[in-house]
Formats: sequence, C-alpha cells, structure tokens
Amino acid sequence: MRYRASLLIYLKEGVLDTQGRTILRSLHDLGYGEVQDVRVGKYLRITLEAADESAARRQAEAMCSDLLVNDLIEEYSLVVEEEGK
Amino acid sequence: MKVAVVVFPGSNCDADVAHAVEVTVGASVEMVWHASEFLPAGTDLVILPGGFSYGDYLRCGAMAARSSIMKGVKRFASSGGLVLGICNGFQILTEAKMLRGAFLPNRTLSFICRPCALRVERDDTPFTLRYKAGQVVRFPIAHHEGLYYLDKDELDAMEKRRQVVFRYATPAGEVTDEANPNGALNNIAGMVNEGGNVLGLIPHPERASEPVLGSVDGALMWQSISEWIKGGGAH
Repeated sequence: MRYRASLLIYLKEGVLDTQGRTILRSLHDLGYGEVQDVRVGKYLRITLEAADESAARRQAEAMCSDLLVNDLIEEYSLVVEEEGK
Repeated sequence: MKVAVVVFPGSNCDADVAHAVEVTVGASVEMVWHASEFLPAGTDLVILPGGFSYGDYLRCGAMAARSSIMKGVKRFASSGGLVLGICNGFQILTEAKMLRGAFLPNRTLSFICRPCALRVERDDTPFTLRYKAGQVVRFPIAHHEGLYYLDKDELDAMEKRRQVVFRYATPAGEVTDEANPNGALNNIAGMVNEGGNVLGLIPHPERASEPVLGSVDGALMWQSISEWIKGGGAH
C-alpha cells in the first residue's frame, strides 16, 4: 500500500527562532498587534510503500530519528494516511 | 604529516585548506570523496572543510554527516585519530554526533564574512600546542548558521570538562556579548570532544595562514598538529 507521511518540523520552545521573531516584528509593524508569537517550521511530504498504516508510521518515525529531525533543537508532528484519501 | 581532506558535494574550502597545510608544514594531502568508506592508509589528520555541503538542505551538515566517509572518520576518531571540522565541517561534526550541540541562524539575520578576534582557551590540545592560553588570534569568519546551541545543563557540563577551545572576544581578549558575532552560547567558536582529538571550529584558520592573507595566526594550528604528530601523538 502507498502512504503519505506529512511531517511538520519546528524548533523546540526556548530555542531561538530567528525567522519567527523577524516575521513577528514585521507583522507588528503592519499593525497586527494581536500577534503573540510566530514559529517557523518546515513541512515534508513523504510518499512511501508500507504493509499497513502503523508500519508506515514506524518507518516515518525511524526516518525522523535517523535524519529528518535533530532532537537537540527540533520537535515534530507526523500525520500518516493512505495516499489518495 | 599525512592529511585527508574530505570533499562533499558543495564543499568550497577544500582546496584552500589543502594549500594551507601544504605551504605551512609541508603536509602531503589527499582529497577524499565523501562516497568512499575508507580513509587513506597512514592518515594523521582528517579535515572536514567549510562550504555548503548538500546545499545546506534540511539542516547544515545533516546529509554530509550521514555519508559513507563518515563511518571511516568515526572509526578513525574513536581510535584517537585527529579530526578537524571547520565551519560547515563543525556543523557536520555536530550532526554526526561526534561533538555535542547544534547550529542555528546568526542572531543578526545576516551572513557574516569578516575577520574576527578569538581568545584561545586551551593550549594543551593537539591543535593548539603552539598557542598560549589567553592569547587573542584573528581568523576570518564566513557563515550564516554559526549560533552554537546546547541546552543549559549540557552546556554547563561541557564547560566543566573544559571542552571550549576558542571563544569570540574583543581584540583585548574580553569575552563580551558585543564581541559575539552570531549569538553563539558562551561565545563558543571552537570546541573539542572529551578525548580532545576532535576539534570543531567555526572561524577559518586556513584563511589566516600566510602573510599575504593579512594574518598568520592560523599557521600555528597547522604547526601545532604537525608537532603533535611528530612527537608520536598519532593514534
């Protein structure tokens, strides 16, 4: 079966997010004073073959710890679904 | 002294560092492509040069850290071999977990390229024998992700183990926030592993190795390593 893993990676709370801070300032300058915080992350969409959904998730999690996420500074959230759904 | 300079796709300081070790200490240099799994026999020093390996995609150094040659580099380091990572090479060493820490974009929001004063914290490593602790040296810096980060507990433990070798400082040798170009925690510009045989360094000693370049402070690093190897310090 073919699955799609949608991975959102962002910096941990407390780790300086230079881009997020800069965008926050810019939004404030534009008059969006209500904005409290901006965090910038990255989105990866991975298409993979797996026996079932839980196997696809395990594979994607292994990829995160092997390469995609640096757990010293980053956290992630992962959504796995059958492709085409 | 036999030096292996590892070349990744996107490395761009490989030829400069090879030139620097050749002209300053007469080293014989072999360029090693990242896809190889083995280092040349008899290697005394491995250099991971600066540049933009793998286009800095995903995270600086992330993909280079997982390339074939790094298996050989890890084996070499675990048997006591000397490994020096400069700029992107330092980022690769942290991504390979050969040194603790990670790099974030400079707090200035800009790429910084200029000479920089550094205080030498240790003169008892193979890389810094010819310096004096407390001495101020001038190496160029050229980076966008130079903010060294490690969580506080680990950072304190690392400081206690005296792993910091170079800090950003004023020309008078004061370690201040104003002298910190990128926001690196504790002004860290260079550090060693617990064994002292792996050094990561954000500034570029190879760009300060000949009078024509405006500083020869970097030549002392090549002389230190050469002296240490000659003294039988080799693994």
